[in-house]
Amino acid sequence: MSGWETVIGLEIHAQLATKSKIFSGSATAYGAPPNTQANLVDLGYPGVLPVLNAQAVRMAVKLGLAINARIAAHSVFARKNYFYPDLPKGYQISQYELPIVADGSIEIVLEDGSAKRIGVTRAHLEEDAGKSLHEGIAGMTGIDLNRAGTPLVEIVSEPQLRSAKEAVAYMKKVHTLVRYLEICDGNMQEGSFRCDANVSVRPAGAAQFGTRAEIKNLNSFRFVERAINYEVARQTELLESGRAVVQETRLYDPDKGETRSMRSKEEANDYRYFPDPDLLPVQLDTAFIEAVRATLPELPDQKAARFGSQYGLSAYDAGVLTASRELASYYEEVARAAPQDAKLAANWVMGELAAALNKQGLEVSSGKLPPGRLAGLLTRISDRTVSGKIAKEVFEVMWSTGAAADAVIESQGLRQITDSSAIERAIDEVMARNPSQLAEYRAGKDKLFGFFIGQVMKATGGKANPAQLNELLRKKLTG
Amino acid sequence: MGDLHKSTLTQLATALRARKVSSVELVSELLGRIERTESGPGALNAFISVTRAQALEAARVADHALGRGSGGALAGVPIAHKDIFCTAGVRTTCGSRMLDNFVAPYDATVVAKLKAAGAVMLGKTNMDEFAMGSSNETSYYGAVRNPWNRQLVPGGSSGGSAAAVAARLVPGATATDTGGSIRQPAALCGITGMKPTYGRVSRYGMIAFASSLDQGGVLAASAADAALMLREMAGFDANDSTSVEREVPDYIAALEEPLAGLKIGLLKEFFDKGLNAENERCVRESLRVYEGLGAKLSEVSLPHLPLSVPVYYVVAPAECSSNLARYDGVRFGHRCENPRDLNDLYRRTRGEGFGAEVKRRIMTGTYVLSAGYYDAYYLKAQRVRSLINADFVRAFQSVDVLMGPTTPTPAFALGAKTSDPITMYLNDIYTIGANLAGLPAISVPCGLVQGLPVGLQIVGPHFSEARVLNAAHAFQRATDWHTQLPKGYA
Repeated sequence: MSGWETVIGLEIHAQLATKSKIFSGSATAYGAPPNTQANLVDLGYPGVLPVLNAQAVRMAVKLGLAINARIAAHSVFARKNYFYPDLPKGYQISQYELPIVADGSIEIVLEDGSAKRIGVTRAHLEEDAGKSLHEGIAGMTGIDLNRAGTPLVEIVSEPQLRSAKEAVAYMKKVHTLVRYLEICDGNMQEGSFRCDANVSVRPAGAAQFGTRAEIKNLNSFRFVERAINYEVARQTELLESGRAVVQETRLYDPDKGETRSMRSKEEANDYRYFPDPDLLPVQLDTAFIEAVRATLPELPDQKAARFGSQYGLSAYDAGVLTASRELASYYEEVARAAPQDAKLAANWVMGELAAALNKQGLEVSSGKLPPGRLAGLLTRISDRTVSGKIAKEVFEVMWSTGAAADAVIESQGLRQITDSSAIERAIDEVMARNPSQLAEYRAGKDKLFGFFIGQVMKATGGKANPAQLNELLRKKLTG
Repeated sequence: MGDLHKSTLTQLATALRARKVSSVELVSELLGRIERTESGPGALNAFISVTRAQALEAARVADHALGRGSGGALAGVPIAHKDIFCTAGVRTTCGSRMLDNFVAPYDATVVAKLKAAGAVMLGKTNMDEFAMGSSNETSYYGAVRNPWNRQLVPGGSSGGSAAAVAARLVPGATATDTGGSIRQPAALCGITGMKPTYGRVSRYGMIAFASSLDQGGVLAASAADAALMLREMAGFDANDSTSVEREVPDYIAALEEPLAGLKIGLLKEFFDKGLNAENERCVRESLRVYEGLGAKLSEVSLPHLPLSVPVYYVVAPAECSSNLARYDGVRFGHRCENPRDLNDLYRRTRGEGFGAEVKRRIMTGTYVLSAGYYDAYYLKAQRVRSLINADFVRAFQSVDVLMGPTTPTPAFALGAKTSDPITMYLNDIYTIGANLAGLPAISVPCGLVQGLPVGLQIVGPHFSEARVLNAAHAFQRATDWHTQLPKGYA
């Protein structure tokens, strides 16, 4: 595939975590029985009018400030006109010419560790449509308007992404950001965070973009990667065989792992956008914007930089630990309660804890193992009460029983043996029991050193301090 | 009290409060009058629905409140609502087959406010389909006839409300005005019609035609009656983002302000060659009445005003094409039989549900918003609209109100203009400007031409309803055109 360059732009739709809809008072909670969260405004009844939810505006501004974008003093809602049964009014209220957020940027880290800045062209507010239900109603289509009018912010990137991996890194970064800002729950299964990918291919070094295809509604990072890779291969193959890419909208089929045509440019709707006369332009003054700025939390990049300097973590570790606000704050609590070794804390949070959580499909915020408990164990590693290896056993017990580290160490007798006379006694016994091995070792068979270590460890139930054992054993064996 | 129907809304409100008449008595009398008029050969077809049972029940409630000395400013006063206002539990058709079966699940804000003031709804009045028309001939429920001559149109789109008030079937009615739909029928039916400033009256529950132009208002026998109703209807509504948060002045208190020194601008562009000579004579005589009251007249030119009609027929259809997209047969209203598929459902539901004028405007509006035409039509129209607005702003720097004719001619014959939409559209040539600029405007009867009423139009700056009503009231104190009734309805 060399000789071709991939160009990708993403349009991410993030559902804003407001309690009520963007233009009506209906609740936005997920999973209610069909049409129980749709009032007359959502149903587009004759005579009803939209009223803008101020919370949605605040959330969009928060996002804009977090990506160093321009917040429009004057933005306008427009109507995007098309007919569809799940679109009750026959138009979607969105922002078209004058979006609330423009010209921002987001930094991603590439595989080689270098950073790349991706431009965010714009982010605008809009309402979601309802859902068509095709199952369980023979020969008919059902309509569920619970989702109709749910507030979305659509975040449009510049076409600056050059591979599926970059696209995923960017999408993950946005995902992290919206959750930090607490403006979106980021739940991709429920459709709270999804994207459309504009993909094209061009000869490397070409100035013009190739013809693009838009892949709609990708709702997992894996699908984004697979769909883009499939699409790049498809377009490259077309171009290499001298055929043209058609501008069209495509759908990704996760079961087959392929994209297929949904509609071509010729079949595309003419949306007849025009400013919605039912809504006044959104006017934001500096005082409003600054009040929103004051609510911004420490952002992922700032936090990662601080983790690097404050805890001496590598950029990679800091990046992993700040991927979510919950994980970062968990780590900080552990590091604060077990301050002896922040790097050790990072390893345990990213290693044993992450693996255990992952195995049970739990979130770090689940409370299964409070940070203080993990810190208790790390303290016992640092003060050499247990070895790293024994600590893993202690962790297993803590994880399954919820007990504190000290209680587990005591009740299971896992305290490390650091008394050298006790270790020496164990060594003497092992040497006495294995005279032939001792003779072979002394005759030059160095490899048997491991055998003696194993025997002593077995005799002490693994509790002998490894460093001490090493030293004492070497001395005794040499005789 | 005899001849209850001849009393003005203001007189009735006072008599009800003084317990000289009960609301049940009054409502029964008018319901009887409606039934007699509308069932006989003289039927005007002013009502789409008469809500007898609810009216009598509401009247009993009002009488009870009045008996306790409570009740709002309009306690027990019978009114009618244009069938464009949603009324909970009552069929709300908007004059269209599309909503023939539509029972609104809620009250429009205007309806709720008038209900809260104690007004009793007698029924829902006929109108041009979705308020699109100037003759009331586009109604699915048939044309309304003008009480002054049953062969003539009452004007539109609020033709039913205008005819009902002119024939004194009700003392006052709600109406809406997008391009003249209150003032033009008021002029043609010899009554008073007030369109407030855009944003003064909530549009919530008022079925949309062209959102940036639509405004609810009043048809009544006099400016004083209009003031009384408007005072109850006006005000900010959190459900309508375009309604304005601004105190509602006491329009009644302002009625008797002296007019001496009032600066009146004569709208030069309105005295054009399209204006019927007899209509012009009536309007000019009215202006002399104002001079007699101490007002100062000067001629004012609004150079962009002649572009009102073309601007309107781009902006209004554009908005209507989008506003009427919701009538798709999916959730409410008409739905075609046995649709084959989605497109068939849309095509036949809308094909059957909408009449010719509505379809014409939806098509025009769709066209002017289409890719490649938007700039040339919609955007340009919006720019010219700003120029017209600026013309008005400039004019109001030198005058207090603007005056001119409401319509070029008196009422015309049924069927006379239905085959030629452009001629029909030109009937609103003098009224559209106030909608484009969002200004308050009133039409008051100012003479008779061959036995048919003629209207004088008064336009004021934004939120000057009190001034406009005051000027209209002073004229009605000095003249009796507004007290003249059509033969057969006295």
